[in-house]
Amino acid sequence: MQKVMVCVKRVVDYNVRVRVKPDGSGVMLDGVKMSVNPFDEIALEEALRIKERGANIEVLAVSIGVADTQQQLRTALAMGADRAILVQSDQPVEPLIAAQTFLALARKENPDLVFLGKQAIDDDANQTGQMLAALWERPQATYASKVELSGAKAAVTREVDAGLETIEVDLPAVVTVDLRLNEPRYVKLPDIMKAKKKPLEVTSLEALGVSAGQLLKVVKTEPPPQRQKGVMVKDVAELVDALKKKGLI
Amino acid sequence: MSKVLIIGEHDGKSLNPATAKCLTCAKAIPEAEISIVLLGADTAGVPTQAAALAGVKAVLRIDRPENEHALAATFAPQIVALAPGFTHVLGPSTSFGKDLMPRVAALLGVPQVSDLMAVEGAYRFRRPIYAGNAIITVEADPARTLIATVRVASFEAAGTGGGAAIESRTLEVTLPTHTRYVGAKSGSTDRPDLQTARRVVSGGRALGSAENFKILYQFADKIGAAVGASRAAVDAGYAPNEMQVGQTGKIISPEVYIAVGISGAIQHLTGIKDARTIVAINKDGEAPIFEVADFGLVGDLFQIIPELERLV
Repeated sequence: MQKVMVCVKRVVDYNVRVRVKPDGSGVMLDGVKMSVNPFDEIALEEALRIKERGANIEVLAVSIGVADTQQQLRTALAMGADRAILVQSDQPVEPLIAAQTFLALARKENPDLVFLGKQAIDDDANQTGQMLAALWERPQATYASKVELSGAKAAVTREVDAGLETIEVDLPAVVTVDLRLNEPRYVKLPDIMKAKKKPLEVTSLEALGVSAGQLLKVVKTEPPPQRQKGVMVKDVAELVDALKKKGLI
Repeated sequence: MSKVLIIGEHDGKSLNPATAKCLTCAKAIPEAEISIVLLGADTAGVPTQAAALAGVKAVLRIDRPENEHALAATFAPQIVALAPGFTHVLGPSTSFGKDLMPRVAALLGVPQVSDLMAVEGAYRFRRPIYAGNAIITVEADPARTLIATVRVASFEAAGTGGGAAIESRTLEVTLPTHTRYVGAKSGSTDRPDLQTARRVVSGGRALGSAENFKILYQFADKIGAAVGASRAAVDAGYAPNEMQVGQTGKIISPEVYIAVGISGAIQHLTGIKDARTIVAINKDGEAPIFEVADFGLVGDLFQIIPELERLV
């Protein structure tokens, strides 16, 4: 095991309440706080823990996005990644194109493992890891809550609808991570200073031979239908009456 | 005409209800001719269940030993081999479908529409983004196979009464061996399945411990409900992961959802907003859950739940 690649996405911060633009052309992003996708932080943390368990590996953080995505890659470097690559793109990149881009990077870097979050909290697509694994013709272990490495194999416990499932994959493999895999570390100030000196390479889709483009056309963005606030009941008896009247219990 | 293939989800014995919900979605595609494919080592009686769903033209049965467990790496090349006969390939937005469908899409070199919640045309759909804070309408290229996962909470299950032809298929596809099933652990329970239950009782961090969740189980058993949990409760170890409801857990649409000690973070609300009726029980009268609840009750859950159990 020599190299782990972690894909991180710049997204609207978890705590921001996203609002739709009145003209329906998208969501309001001006001046909104941006962060590393929380699932990708967990992905990076897992890579760092593998490194800290004594494996002599390089942790490479990669991203696709606008120039300011360097901020999120600096965060990744401050957490402990050794090196970063930004594939700069001014247009948002759909999952299939993101997967093609990460494939190009994987072919260049030959990582033993690629970690990604199971989904990004902006488009909630839940596709990129699976697509990368398909294009790379390698195994995928999605929704990981435990990753155990042994030689050229990994046993991955996955959070599935029925509970937990364990699969074994040959390396190299793509692992997408779920919430309970680990708790990402906080970045300390000295690490932020150190991160400024770590290498961060900027490249482009063209340089990697990936064609940009829009595969799905977003015609309209709307706010979701709102539920009406109901009534407050004063006690349990009134609640039971109300539910019985509606035939719910 | 659209030719739609639905990837049926099953456990070797029964068809998962998510499949019947995908079927309702497929029927909304104009002039759809619908087939369901079932992959398994021995799908046994499952094809008969799928064939009984109303509105299905054909059920394709692909039995081979490698299909014993639903591994995306094994299933995807087989679906890719079937895809040329279809304009649309749909899977459920369950952990099975979410794992599998993007692998199919990438092998076909086409994009995927995730969590399709409404059909506006053969290639025009609505889906949620930002934890349901926005709904987008997307258009896909009719020249390409349309791959999508169906947000099952947005569709009612299709009824039975159909009589589709069942056809066994053999596919000449070499399957990878780099991915192997090891085992599974599920909290076996006699309670209704969370994703399809008519009633759901769900607990949050305010429950305080796994032990305290027992009062929810007791109450749920009395009313025949499934039990769910907020992310906070699952993270705290009060409930297992399969009980998590929300943006990154299960998206459900029961007739009644009873949220107990759940404050109502947006990520949780996105998992329940298709519930017909929401009941909120919380000691904090300002909790956001009350903004979406049809019935709200402010008070101590440790007094309210036993009393509820007594009165229903």
